[in-house]
Amino acid sequence: MAVTGFLLVAFLYVHMIGNLKIFFGEETFDHYAHWLRSIGTPLLPEAWYLYIQRTVLTVAVIGHIVAAVILTRRARQARPVKYAHRPKVQGSYAARTMRWGGVIVLLFVIYHILDLTTLTLNPHGVTGEVYRNVAEDFAPSRWYVTLFYTLSIVAVGFHLRHGLWSAVRTLGLQSPRGEVYARATALVLSVVLVVGYLSVPFAVLVGLVD
Amino acid sequence: MDIQVRVWRQQDSSDKGRMESYDVKDISPDASFLEMLDVLNEKLILDGDDPIAFDHDCREGICGACSMVIDGVAHGPEKATTACQLHMRHFKDGDKIDVEPWRAAAFPVIKDLVVNRGNLDKIIAAGGYITAPTGAAPEAHATPVPKKDADLAFEAATCIGCGACVAACPNGSAMLFTAAKVAHLGLMPQGQPERDTRVLDMLQAQDDAGFGGCTNMGECSQVCPKGIPLTLIGRLNSDYRKALRKQL
Repeated sequence: MAVTGFLLVAFLYVHMIGNLKIFFGEETFDHYAHWLRSIGTPLLPEAWYLYIQRTVLTVAVIGHIVAAVILTRRARQARPVKYAHRPKVQGSYAARTMRWGGVIVLLFVIYHILDLTTLTLNPHGVTGEVYRNVAEDFAPSRWYVTLFYTLSIVAVGFHLRHGLWSAVRTLGLQSPRGEVYARATALVLSVVLVVGYLSVPFAVLVGLVD
Repeated sequence: MDIQVRVWRQQDSSDKGRMESYDVKDISPDASFLEMLDVLNEKLILDGDDPIAFDHDCREGICGACSMVIDGVAHGPEKATTACQLHMRHFKDGDKIDVEPWRAAAFPVIKDLVVNRGNLDKIIAAGGYITAPTGAAPEAHATPVPKKDADLAFEAATCIGCGACVAACPNGSAMLFTAAKVAHLGLMPQGQPERDTRVLDMLQAQDDAGFGGCTNMGECSQVCPKGIPLTLIGRLNSDYRKALRKQL
């Protein structure tokens, strides 16, 4: 969970920084998107790097899900008879919603790929016109898309808030002070990520990007 | 004070079990929770009913025998307290209190609130020991132990193996128990020869016994009557990682 999770978080951060280039205007953003296809050239043929990264990410996602399913099944088997009286788990909201939160994030990722990678569900849907695809996607009339996007990103934020420090613990963090730092860092990284991702659709909504 | 308890009654491991309500009247607020159950049991015996079976031994909070989930919390609502050290003054007159056994596949119910915690012994047997030559004890000062390590080892060693961590864990994992044992021996110079095999074997025994996996929820440490810190699980993970790497 920890290793695949870290890989995915690293990607999320790079992806977020890329997204923020939308604020530098249409030309810069489209140029950036085009550059992504040429990373690694001429050592690698065009778009090869992209497919290598996609393969690694897909393997990480599958590994992450397999580990989560194993943990969930073991948890169910470990407590066949439920408690009659069970107060809310004392752990954080984030820790309690890891499993369902993860499912929501997965559904979102599938939608997101169909929307902005394959452009199947995109209202503009022109390859290469990335800026327009995004701007039309989050147009005020399509508020439900923005709503789903917002909910999903917040779900990612909660997932990371528990996931990040839990991953550090899994890899062996053990000092009480390190624990405090890890929790604080996880919170800051999650909030920055959520704000960074949500800035794009809300900028479209208020007309900063159109 | 008068209260009502809803207690898990289960005749034996093959019985399905159910919650049953009992009124307990005129209980002193200074009675412990187990003494309250004693009073109830005396009444049940006089009435010709089957008394409620529950585990208990020292009744001073150090043996780890008492094991009951009170209102959904292992050992009840007070922090760092075993059920025998929980007093009725922490409840209100007229309260309805639910009492259930530890619920885990690895802790099968023997009767009512008594569960078989033998699987914790299996984890200990897998590696919770050191190799010590028999005969005369070595000179104690011959092996210096840094104060910091001694303190942390002692903190880990206060684990009484009651199983509350398993009862509270949403995953039914025994990670805090195993981590406490691994840490308390692994911090000492005497525990070094088996440090790697200990963590590998104890975790294997834990998995084999049907405990769940740890997802760092932190429930265990919250209910632990000895306040074993969650950071020890990080220590166990670190030892596990190093032991695995040495196997390569």
